[in-house]
Amino acid sequence: MNNIEEKELKSSEEISDDKKVLDDLTSSEYKWGFVTDIESETAAKGLSEDVVRMISKKKNEPEWMTEWRLKAFRYWLKMEEPTWANVHYPKIDYQNISYYSAPKQKPKLNSLDEVDPELLKTFEKLGIPLEEQKFLSGVAVDAVFDSVSVATTFKASLNEKGIIFCSVSEAVKEHPELVKKYLGSVVPYTDNFFAALNAAVFSDGSFVFIPKGVRCPMELSTYFRINTQETGQFERTLIIAEEGAYVSYLEGCTAPIRDTNQLHAAVVELVVLDDAEIKYSTVQNWYPGDKEGKGGIYNFVTKRGACRGKNSKISWTQVETGSAITWKYPSCILQGDNSIGEFYSVAVTNNYQQADTGTKMIHLGKNTKSTVVSKGISAGHSNNSYRGLIKIGKNAEGARNYTQCDSMLMSDRCGAHTFPYIEVENDSAKVEHEATTSKIGEDQIFYLNQRGISTEDAVNMIVNGFCKEVFKELPMEFAVEAQKLLAISLEGSVG
Amino acid sequence: MTGKEFYIENFNTFQKKLNGQSKSFLNEIRKEAMNRLTELDFPTNRNEEWKYTNVSPILKQNFIPAVNTTIPKFTKEEIKKFLFNDFDCHLLVFVNGFFSEELSKISLLPKGVIVGSLKKILKENPELISGYVSKISKIDNAFNALNTAYALDGLVVIVPDGIALEKPIQVLYLNTSENELVLSLPRNLIVAGKNSQVSVIANYNGYGEKVYFSNIITEVFADENSIVDLCKVQNENENSYHIEKVQAQQKKNSLFNHYNVTFGGAIVRNDINSLLDGENTETHYYGLYMANGKQHVDNHTFIDHAKPNCMSNELYKGILDDNSRGVFNGKIIVRQDAQKTNAYQQNKTILLSKSATIDTKPQLEIFADDVKCSHGATVGHLDETSEFYIRSRGVPQELAKSMLIRAFANDVIETIKIEPLKEQINHMIFDHLHRIEIENK
Repeated sequence: MNNIEEKELKSSEEISDDKKVLDDLTSSEYKWGFVTDIESETAAKGLSEDVVRMISKKKNEPEWMTEWRLKAFRYWLKMEEPTWANVHYPKIDYQNISYYSAPKQKPKLNSLDEVDPELLKTFEKLGIPLEEQKFLSGVAVDAVFDSVSVATTFKASLNEKGIIFCSVSEAVKEHPELVKKYLGSVVPYTDNFFAALNAAVFSDGSFVFIPKGVRCPMELSTYFRINTQETGQFERTLIIAEEGAYVSYLEGCTAPIRDTNQLHAAVVELVVLDDAEIKYSTVQNWYPGDKEGKGGIYNFVTKRGACRGKNSKISWTQVETGSAITWKYPSCILQGDNSIGEFYSVAVTNNYQQADTGTKMIHLGKNTKSTVVSKGISAGHSNNSYRGLIKIGKNAEGARNYTQCDSMLMSDRCGAHTFPYIEVENDSAKVEHEATTSKIGEDQIFYLNQRGISTEDAVNMIVNGFCKEVFKELPMEFAVEAQKLLAISLEGSVG
Repeated sequence: MTGKEFYIENFNTFQKKLNGQSKSFLNEIRKEAMNRLTELDFPTNRNEEWKYTNVSPILKQNFIPAVNTTIPKFTKEEIKKFLFNDFDCHLLVFVNGFFSEELSKISLLPKGVIVGSLKKILKENPELISGYVSKISKIDNAFNALNTAYALDGLVVIVPDGIALEKPIQVLYLNTSENELVLSLPRNLIVAGKNSQVSVIANYNGYGEKVYFSNIITEVFADENSIVDLCKVQNENENSYHIEKVQAQQKKNSLFNHYNVTFGGAIVRNDINSLLDGENTETHYYGLYMANGKQHVDNHTFIDHAKPNCMSNELYKGILDDNSRGVFNGKIIVRQDAQKTNAYQQNKTILLSKSATIDTKPQLEIFADDVKCSHGATVGHLDETSEFYIRSRGVPQELAKSMLIRAFANDVIETIKIEPLKEQINHMIFDHLHRIEIENK
């Protein structure tokens, strides 16, 4: 009799142990929180035509670029901040933000030796040793430290193939015809409030041009990092794949702990011509705010790709674990016949994070196909929404879409929401949509427990299994990082 | 003066004509609703809930509340073709929203059961309904306000505790415009007491081809352990407008089945909402809509899981032909306390023609963690391989298509419990879509 009682007692202790493990994990602090002490040049707070002119001037931009920025700024003034997203945050005072910040640097760098050693250390802490990557992994890294590109590697070997991989500011000077032709052609500054703001004040970003018939020999990657306190970062990325070209682009970001919210309004534009393909992968783990939901990045991003050519393809893969608020809908406009759009996403929210993310697939061409796989995991007090649009245009004969969005709930205080919009105007289209929401399986945890696997590992395994469909789309290095990230931001939030 | 102003302007004249009715509890509610109408604007496409449905054609014309028009007289012979036959039922007939005693036929009812008209009950026993009318359904938009402000009559069914009504209640709502454009405003109430059961068939029909506007509110209260079936078959004339809001409130262990079959109407909008206000309640929504010509059919459903251990299941199917347009929005909210919720939803649509369109938006908002929720939506056309297979057996193409349409609709038709009704709906499907009929077997 006593024995049994003892046993029971023990098992309840074990349970509370498990709980503790889980609590510890859920409450794990943001690991990438550190501030680099580096001298940086920051513009005074506020936004006006003068500030826009100043940014343009600082970057030595030609007249047409300044004009474009000003047009965008004037348009932005007339716009209102959107409120339809399922996120809540205090009103942003756009005059209380500094719109330009650049590390004080010598203007040109030819090799890594010239890079500020402080800066290099930061990258090392982030696990991006430039040198190592340069020699070992074969990834060319265009590292963006705050707003200005400081080092671009592998440029020479890319140059040989005619591939242009540089910062947008550089491209404006050296390849104005390409920039003029494509910048704003997918996301015009009139598109939305944040896109207009970005067009007016964008700091810098990556420019990639893959010429006709070239397959980019390596994965291109940019690491973004927000550093200077209260500096909004306004990245602008433009990737063009000409006929038959292929490129895989990686984007990943971390940011140090801050108290005040940092605004990030980036724009990414992809242009894909006949038979070309762009694969765009993102791991986003910016500072999500502390356990009380204080601080954290506001991430309002417009990402869009246009499959202009026949048989073209765009594939978006994202792992979103960071940011206090995420507002992001990587989209594909499938103009060319037989073009393909893909979207694979894992979005994790914990504590007081809010995510409203998803995709838009606009089918215009014949026999266009799209696949959407979205996995949402919510824990703590967070809210995680999937918002997606599948639109089949009148002329999109034989269009095909498959959408699956699954949500997993880890606590009784979080929310998981789905808002899928399906608009079909062609009778030959086939559209399928499936969504499920459920709690992490207690039976599954129990099963793994009884095999001697700790609750922590069990949850990890289940979550990784849940996200597998998306992870397998990520490039190798990213997949590893993504799994680690998931473990840090979530693991065991089961109560 | 059109739309909103017209209805506001006419309210005073309407009030003066009320005579005895102006003293009823409902009149305060009417005045409140009129105040709300002055604040509210009729929805536009900018309103998320009305994103895909443009109601401006309805607002361009001034419909006159039926009370201010002459209600046409029909004979029993004339209404016969609108009725569902071959099964025993209580029959109530409303013409332009007003109860017609001569045309109705209510057989003997168990003690305490009330099946009749709102107007009559307001006069005789208003206390029986004062706890429900406009308490279950709040005003969500200007159409609701318009109904609440002007409605005078409608169906009232009250089944006391422990009684199961054996015969279903068939309610024919016959609408027609003669000289003026008529606004028909039925206000329905179904109250099922504890351990009771009731089944209502709401049969909406149009007489003649002239435009009219039906703007309806139906309130359903299902008390503990009750079972309520509400089957709506809507076959208004093809030029008219039909807007209905159904709001159900369900208590512990109750079961509510709502069937919604749509054939007619130029612009049709259904809001079907349930509040699951007790543990272990169950809700089923079945919908089937056929549209052709330039019809616009919009179904919005909203299931609010407020309490734990509830189950909801939704199946909506649409068949769209010609230039018709379908809209489906299925919202499910699972509140923080509603643990152990199971909520399922499916929406399937087939497009039979090049220019038919569908906008569908299943929507889950979940705040509890121990739940199982899923939704699925598909849009497609008739499967060519299936068609080919059937034709290879010597079946003509048109017949093969009809077979596939019937097969598609089957999941919904089969849920209807009254056999003769099933058969007549089957017939109406092919009649409405102008296709070769497959017999219901």
